[in-house]
Amino acid sequence: MNWTIAGALAFWAGAWALNERLSRLEPRSPAAKRALGLLVPAIFGITLLVVWEGAVRGFDISPVLLPPPSAIWARLVSAVPILWADFQQTFLKAVLIGYVIGCGSGFLVAIAIDRSPFLQRGLLPLGNFVSALPIIGVAPIMVMWFGFDWPSKAAVVIIMTFFPMLVNTVQGLASSSAIDRDLMRTYAASYGQTLFKLRLPAAAPFIFNALKINSTLALIGAIVAEFFGTPITGMGFRISTEVGRMNLDMVWAEIAVAALAGSLFYGLVALTERAVTFWHPSIRGG
Amino acid sequence: MTAIAGTVPSTSASPLHRRLAQGKTLPILIVLAALLAIWYAFTVYLNAPWQIDAYERAGTEWTATDLVRDTMAQERPVLPSPHQVVAEIWQTTVGTRLTSKRNLFYHAWITLSSTLLGFGLGTALGILLAVGIVHNRAMDKSVMPWVIASQTIPILAIAPMIIVVLNAIGLSGLLPKALISTYLSFFPIVVGMVKGFRSPEAIQLDLMRTYNASGRQTFFKLRWPAALPYLFTSMKVAVAISLVGAIVGELPTGAVSGLGARLLAGSYYGQTVQIWSALFMAAALAAVLVGIVGVAQRLALARMGGRS
Repeated sequence: MNWTIAGALAFWAGAWALNERLSRLEPRSPAAKRALGLLVPAIFGITLLVVWEGAVRGFDISPVLLPPPSAIWARLVSAVPILWADFQQTFLKAVLIGYVIGCGSGFLVAIAIDRSPFLQRGLLPLGNFVSALPIIGVAPIMVMWFGFDWPSKAAVVIIMTFFPMLVNTVQGLASSSAIDRDLMRTYAASYGQTLFKLRLPAAAPFIFNALKINSTLALIGAIVAEFFGTPITGMGFRISTEVGRMNLDMVWAEIAVAALAGSLFYGLVALTERAVTFWHPSIRGG
Repeated sequence: MTAIAGTVPSTSASPLHRRLAQGKTLPILIVLAALLAIWYAFTVYLNAPWQIDAYERAGTEWTATDLVRDTMAQERPVLPSPHQVVAEIWQTTVGTRLTSKRNLFYHAWITLSSTLLGFGLGTALGILLAVGIVHNRAMDKSVMPWVIASQTIPILAIAPMIIVVLNAIGLSGLLPKALISTYLSFFPIVVGMVKGFRSPEAIQLDLMRTYNASGRQTFFKLRWPAALPYLFTSMKVAVAISLVGAIVGELPTGAVSGLGARLLAGSYYGQTVQIWSALFMAAALAAVLVGIVGVAQRLALARMGGRS
């Protein structure tokens, strides 16, 4: 038993005991409660990093297999220009453009088929079915059609994000209750008024659900699509080539960027949801 | 449906007719037919430039009928026509020996086995984590946020690295691919089961306390049955993404076998028909897997006396 591992284990035990104690506290003020809600998972995360670092150093694991967090951090700091270029190529171009077009078109198509019960009955089961399919498989076809640069990745993202948005929006539009719609009728509200004042707000939780699902799907779609061919930038390209060159610290740095970007993206959507659907029980309660 | 049938006077008493008029079958069929028609139209449109080019180089006279016929029979079309894909699937499933590496069923089986292994592991891990989260406060507060954060790491994107690293430490074959499916599929199970284990109401838990039930008994007689509907719903999602994980996990293994390998090989050699047939096989596989979970759900819930 060497000291690094023992230290890491001791830290783990200490952090676990601390967490056990902290989670038993019942603070009165809401601010303290929120701080505690952040502190406990933060301690858990730091513990993971310490155990990782300790295990890699203690067991002498080759950096080719698993680099320690400190080496990843060092690489992250030194390779900022490359990471930024990859981020631009993959996230700012392929993901964002694909996400906006995919979600937007899914939303518009949902409103269009909402007026026709026939199309709803025909398209909804198919949309549900397609959502369960391994859509990522169209990536090679899109690369063949739209070339190696970002448009092909954006196309994959569009297809992946379209169906969850379509299905959720149609469900959301149907979620306003009959009595509410009757009320709108007694007000002699037009179709547009009913849509904007009643049904779209009622559909908002469903729409945001789709936006959240799509935020992670979009990133995955763009990165995986890059495995099938890219110019010489992009997060997926960097990951696959650096794996080949056994530069795993670079790969992990890229993963850290992707995870950070994904979390921020998700968080941004979740914050917008809080602001828009402030009336919903799940938000009022929490 | 019965409520609608009650208000609308039905002209025919035959259940088949009613099903066609009010059910989902007819609309789905019509939408599918429309999609097929659009596909054929795009086949001609997308393949025409290459075909016209070929005509001009050969110096042959051509008419519109020739063009339509030839665009649907190209060797490496931009978009293969539906019947080409069907013919390819037929030829590579029924037309070749089952043990041959050219057989699509062989590749589907490779993908299916790692999907199922990963899905099984993921389900077990997910249920265990959910049990821990429900019964231990510290675990609830510290693990749950990281379970959610774990899914923001695009695991599919790092699948190649995981495969390579696991190969380097001596794990090869089925397990590395299955682990990617596991990582993807445990998440919906954890989230669903935590919700499910917490779904019994306070009054029901109180009743168990008045019976002096032990923690074990409460778990197996109340929490577990209450969570079953959630389990099946999560399993439907989990099995679908397990399949995606298995397919992506096959990409870096050098395109040896599996549906993902077929996709990659097809894209290297421009075999669009092969890509599309692998894609359809994957879609069929997903449909069958989700369908099986659905049937299991209906059987289990019917046995429990619930409404499906």
